[in-house]
Amino acid sequence: MSTEPAVTEADLQAYADARLGAERSAEVESWLAAHPEEAERVAAYRRLGEALRAAYDPVLAEPVPQQLEGAAKPRPSARRIASIAGWIALGAVLGALSGWEAHDWRRPAGGPLAEGAAMARRAAIAHATYSPEVRHPVEVGADQEQHLVAWLSKRVGVNVRAPKLDEAGMTLVGGRLLPGESGPVALFMYQSAAGRRLTLYIRAEAKGQRETAFRYARENNVSVFYWIDRDCGYAISSADLSKDELLRIATLVYKQLES
Amino acid sequence: MNEAERLIELIPRLRRYARALVGDRASADDLVQDTLERAWAKLHLYRRGTDLRAWLFTLMHNVHVNKVRATRVTDTLEDELPELAQRASQGDALLLRDLDRAIARLPSEQRAVLLLVTLEEMSYEEVARALGIPIGTVMSRLSRAREKLRMMMLGQGAAAKLKVVR
Repeated sequence: MSTEPAVTEADLQAYADARLGAERSAEVESWLAAHPEEAERVAAYRRLGEALRAAYDPVLAEPVPQQLEGAAKPRPSARRIASIAGWIALGAVLGALSGWEAHDWRRPAGGPLAEGAAMARRAAIAHATYSPEVRHPVEVGADQEQHLVAWLSKRVGVNVRAPKLDEAGMTLVGGRLLPGESGPVALFMYQSAAGRRLTLYIRAEAKGQRETAFRYARENNVSVFYWIDRDCGYAISSADLSKDELLRIATLVYKQLES
Repeated sequence: MNEAERLIELIPRLRRYARALVGDRASADDLVQDTLERAWAKLHLYRRGTDLRAWLFTLMHNVHVNKVRATRVTDTLEDELPELAQRASQGDALLLRDLDRAIARLPSEQRAVLLLVTLEEMSYEEVARALGIPIGTVMSRLSRAREKLRMMMLGQGAAAKLKVVR
């Protein structure tokens, strides 16, 4: 035994991948000849590699979907709403998301509807950005709710409130301040016992803004209900809740904030 | 050939890897799309003359990790062997449907290493760089991934039906 060359697990892996030099390969081979169980294991690894290639290599021959080719080009196709991850990356790089949006979505000028849709997109982006956060989902936690609400109200310029959503099984995690198109925006985050999250996005609206009905938008996997009520625009977003669940909660929020 | 053309040229390889990594076609193509969009946005950070393929796979890895985190999919199966392993052994004639499922049962970090080595045929050093891990970790993940798959294969009955990869 002492005359055997030391064969490591890494050698066996590299042998299975045919990545050893001729000399080392021969050494491993002769070692394997004396260790049939290990030889069988390595042979199984090789078969596994063949099976993997046989299973997935056909993907190489598939025609590439058009939207993927489009995504590899400078500007995303206007027909397809870019995925949220793409937006975030682009937004971060361009630093001027609104200009990019205006360019690609050809937003009709003015009007609460178009404004609302732009708000829903921003709310969905905010949701996608912050709701996966484990350690820093909010700037100010629910333990300082009074301070949070006072601070956000002051910065957003309207009285914002964090509605109580306990009856929907959602508790306040906290909130943060975000940049919006025309000023700071408040974002509250809620979470259920099971860890499902929703965010409530609140921004100040221009005076004389009409009310709108609830509207629904779905951006990538984020559902958004949004509406404008007097001096505030609201958007409630979640990637974790169904449309119906979210609508129930949006109704709850609306009732509380109206009173 | 400029970077944009090379990006397009690499799409089929990104799709192959993504398909094996996430399983179904739609999610895989979403992953590729997000990766490409991110690549375009970050192309100014790419250093010309370096390996564009490695850079793309690093991006895809990061996008994937973020997605997994976002949907809070956890690898709870990490160290469990699946129920498949308890069935009567009929050798390791692994069939495609089961291969899909078996790969899905690997912890994602092991899956990534195995697929980059096996499908992309990256060197161990390239895998280490692409995933930002030491080469020793590459080797141990590769070894664990293979051994887990082998155990699943051994446990597999001959009853499984052939199914072409989605």
